Amino acid sequence: MEAIYALAIGVLTASGVWLVLRPRTFQVIMGLSLLSYAVNLFIFGMGRLMIGGAPIIETAAKADPSLYDDPVPQALVLTAIVIGFAMTALFLVVLLASRGLTGNDHVDGDPEA
Amino acid sequence: MNGWVNHLPIFPIVIPLVAGAVMLLFAEARRAPRTIIALVATLANLLVALALAYIASDAVPSIWPDGIAVYLLGGWQAPFGIVLVLDRLSALMLVLNAVLALTSLIYALARWRKAGPHFQSLFQFLIMGVNGAFLTGDLFNLFVFVEVLLAASYGLLLHGLGEPRVKAGLHYIAINLAGSFVFLIGVSLIYGVTGTLNMADVAARASLLTQDERILFETGIAILGSAFLLKAGAWPLNFWLPSAYGTAAPPVAAVFSIMTKVGIYALLRLGSLLSGASGASVPAPFNDGWLFGIGIVTLVLGTAGILTASQAQRLVAYCVIASAGTLLAALGFGGTAMKGAALYYLTSSVLATGAFFMLCEMIDRTRQTGEDLPLEMMESVGQEAVDVDFTDEVIGIVIPAAMAFLGMGFLACALLVAGLPPLSGFIAKFLILSATLTDTAPGPVPVTVWVLWAGMLGSSLIAIIALCRMGIHLFWSTDEIMTPRLHLGEAAPVAVLLLLSVALSIETGPAMDYLNLAGNSLSSPQIYIDAVLSGSRPPGPSPVPSIPVEGIRQ
Repeated sequence: MEAIYALAIGVLTASGVWLVLRPRTFQVIMGLSLLSYAVNLFIFGMGRLMIGGAPIIETAAKADPSLYDDPVPQALVLTAIVIGFAMTALFLVVLLASRGLTGNDHVDGDPEA
Repeated sequence: MNGWVNHLPIFPIVIPLVAGAVMLLFAEARRAPRTIIALVATLANLLVALALAYIASDAVPSIWPDGIAVYLLGGWQAPFGIVLVLDRLSALMLVLNAVLALTSLIYALARWRKAGPHFQSLFQFLIMGVNGAFLTGDLFNLFVFVEVLLAASYGLLLHGLGEPRVKAGLHYIAINLAGSFVFLIGVSLIYGVTGTLNMADVAARASLLTQDERILFETGIAILGSAFLLKAGAWPLNFWLPSAYGTAAPPVAAVFSIMTKVGIYALLRLGSLLSGASGASVPAPFNDGWLFGIGIVTLVLGTAGILTASQAQRLVAYCVIASAGTLLAALGFGGTAMKGAALYYLTSSVLATGAFFMLCEMIDRTRQTGEDLPLEMMESVGQEAVDVDFTDEVIGIVIPAAMAFLGMGFLACALLVAGLPPLSGFIAKFLILSATLTDTAPGPVPVTVWVLWAGMLGSSLIAIIALCRMGIHLFWSTDEIMTPRLHLGEAAPVAVLLLLSVALSIETGPAMDYLNLAGNSLSSPQIYIDAVLSGSRPPGPSPVPSIPVEGIRQ
């Protein structure tokens, strides 16, 4: 599971970086989205991968922490998703404004540059 | 009374948040209530910041020992809940931010707030984000506050629109989004290794790591450090800065001049904590060699930029880079005496660049006939409430001798930025250079001292040349200069910032006493770590028995 997970993050990051370095604004926003997916998966993985583990520890019984999942990265990922989503939406607006003002979709506003 | 004082550290975050949110309830056309709320909130923010700095400066030793206040959000003990930590350094940064915010807000009230919708709210959220970043003691919370300030800054950078701003904004947003992802990777790696996000706890656990974990930890720290360097405007991560700061609306650019200092603050804070507790050396890029090298290169390239800039506001943007370079190099040089001197330089340069950004726009008005703002700016906003007769509406009193004011202001800013006597810029550079000699052992002078002296003096010389050229170009070269109408509300903020620099140079003694105290607490981070982890007195209900976090991390 770890290998597939790591591969997925690697592929997403590589595609994201390649797209961010492209000259069209739409490619850049796709690249940023892929990067954000990769980062979210990465944060998730930092809390140790586990299938079917509950993220809440019962304090009443003397619980074994290794049977439970770590809830903190899940909270972090949630925050990161919300922030990343909002920023992507904002970037989309600026992208459209740039398209409207310059008349093309080059990141520098100039297709020859 | 003591109960209230314990809640004081949350106010710099709550005041702008509430003010910004309440302003959204008023229609865009109703300016009076928004203006009053903004002024009251920004003034209150300044008063709170001053009170915090006063209490933290050992003036009232009974309240916060060692000038460190720990505020437990939600009443949970330190490593489990998020804490706000106020110490002398963060109190200083809060005061600087509040001063800059109040002056730029007053400047913006004269004209600029009308160039687009929701200026006032975004402005308050920016203040909130910056204040929060200075106060928080938690890495992920730092990320959130940085995102808050960035989100507000995206909106403010686009304020007034126009093609150059949208273009600069596109680059600025793209690079900062990428920077945020780098930040997140660093934070999650650190969490994965140490099992904590609290900065003091991270520092305390860093020394307990095994060799394998240490490698991962240092990788995480290095990734996080790159994100901080990006925010600080350090080379090679600062190519976004000149076009973003050079095209932003001037009052916005003035508040932005503290934004690069958020990165420097984060580097300083985490670097100080890591130096104290981890028995091994401080990981890159927080260790002295890295910061020093990056700082010198940034300084040299920023200075080269000053020389190439043909437009006044762009020139100031390069001055921001040069000052970031000087600060990084000075902090990278190390030593306790240097920390106080570098903080003095930081104060002086923030005031100077803030005043300079606003002054530039007023000087720009001497060259044009009132229609200094492109029309598309107004049209593309598409908000029915936005004024179209933007340029010639007179509010307040027009000040006499406008040209004399502009000339004197430019001279003062140039002296401050280049570091010539008699203003605080000179004293700041002098303090840094003299600190290089007090901290070194007797014997042959190390090569780093030579490099720092050459870099700083050379950069001053080049800055003088460039600023002289710019001054001649702006004031003497053409006959078509028209005397602009300057309103009191626009001239006063610049005058206040410049007079503050004068006051700073007159009161260097007391200022340095405080800054040296701040520098000393940075050099002894164990006090900070103990204060946070002991949790001091929680203001809320007493915390529930805690779960041993070591168990969760296997």
